[in-house]
Amino acid sequence: MRITRYAAAFAALGVVLAGCSSEAGDTVEDAADAPVEVEENVDFEAGTTMAELAEAGTMTVGTKFDQPGFGLRTPAGTPEGFDVEVAKIIAAELGIAPEDITWTETVSANREAFIEEGRVDMVVATYTINDDRKQRIDFAGPYYEAGQDIMVAEGNPLGIQGPEDLAGKNVCSVEGSTPAEEIRTNYPEAQLTLFDVYSKCADALANGQVDAVTTDNVILTGLVAGSPDQFDLVGNPFTEEPYGIGIPKGDDEFRAFINDTLEQAYESGAWAEAWDSTAGAISGTEAPEPPAVDRY
Amino acid sequence: MQFFIDNFPLLRDAFLTTLSMSLLAGLLALVLGTVLAAFRVSPITPLRGLSTFYVETFRNTPLTVVFFFIIFGLPQIDFAVGFFTGSVLAVGLYTAAFVCEAVRSGINAVNPGQAEASRAIGLTFGQSLREVVLPQAFRTVVPPLGNVWIAMVKNTSIAAGFAVSELTASLQRLSNANAGELLLVLLAVVIGYMLITLTSAYGISRMERRVAILR
Repeated sequence: MRITRYAAAFAALGVVLAGCSSEAGDTVEDAADAPVEVEENVDFEAGTTMAELAEAGTMTVGTKFDQPGFGLRTPAGTPEGFDVEVAKIIAAELGIAPEDITWTETVSANREAFIEEGRVDMVVATYTINDDRKQRIDFAGPYYEAGQDIMVAEGNPLGIQGPEDLAGKNVCSVEGSTPAEEIRTNYPEAQLTLFDVYSKCADALANGQVDAVTTDNVILTGLVAGSPDQFDLVGNPFTEEPYGIGIPKGDDEFRAFINDTLEQAYESGAWAEAWDSTAGAISGTEAPEPPAVDRY
Repeated sequence: MQFFIDNFPLLRDAFLTTLSMSLLAGLLALVLGTVLAAFRVSPITPLRGLSTFYVETFRNTPLTVVFFFIIFGLPQIDFAVGFFTGSVLAVGLYTAAFVCEAVRSGINAVNPGQAEASRAIGLTFGQSLREVVLPQAFRTVVPPLGNVWIAMVKNTSIAAGFAVSELTASLQRLSNANAGELLLVLLAVVIGYMLITLTSAYGISRMERRVAILR
């Protein structure tokens, strides 16, 4: 992916320098940036969100800007990651090209508010579906099932395969976090070492001061990506965090449309392709079985 | 009230951790700081240089950086210490620089005639420092040392970010688990620190009155 992007950048540069028509340059860039095909002739029932967005030809998507593998802003200013690719798949189905999407950073604390205020058309931001949130917004999907996982030193010298193996081991997490509570409650034989941020857990693991680090696999994936020759992901999630796409409450047609699009992407392989080029490329794991969408 | 009863064991352990960390680091800082102060006024140039270097290094480095160095830096040169020990070392070594300067100011406050007189009756430098100068110096530095001590007790809170389950760490843990009772959590933690600092302040002012030199 990265190589093709560099290739595309060089190709585009070469085209510009050669003074050729810019059309050729655009084609190269599109090929690199848009693995999904943008629908040409879209037709939606008048009055629906889909019709409005297709008519406007642009949409605003909220995503994380600091989550490697899912939504991480590149120096160029646009984010990249699995969430971003999923959003592009949905936009393409609306006839909106990736470059016509406006990306807005949403952090955990402001996602519901941004949807309610209409500052974003949808949120794809490692957004766990739960009943509290469903009071304020609706979720399409899930499109990915995250879960608490374990990161160990390269080669897994202690042979840790799951949370049961943490008994008597020194395991690191963040004080006050849900993963730390999970270990405390369900695996009390593990010794907890608690820092204030996960990067310190990574330092401690690299130094051999702790035996393992545990939190959501999405965060661990980013840490493994940072030092692939120091850390390994166990890859055996033991909690369930279904990630959904947040949309305004009550927009059932839009929700059904996104769910249809997701199922289509599961079947066509676009979903797996999106995984392989982003989070999968970072963690070295194959695309998991896509979760069944929940049409509640 | 139910909140305090439910979380009493956690808060008590956190309080005791902060207290023991403070006492151990305080002892280290007092001993090392006094030795450094003696070095700083000694007639031997290398010792003076060493002490000055130490004080300027630790006094001008943020405590968090000292923590990082001891907790994550030392293991890289194969000198790993536990998180609690490392935190005591970080706070103690850092505070020693301030103790050194406080004690030095006390030494300087002792009339030079005292040191000259002790030399005139044949005391060595070490003897005059131990028997004549330092006992008087410590009396004048009780208030500044009290300040250093109270600042140090509060500085131990940085250990919360380095895997020590002391009072501030319990604040992080409890405030996440009891978002509705944030004010109670804060109250409990503030009371914990005040138990240490206010009692110390009282002790310091009593000691100050007892050892005051009438000039």
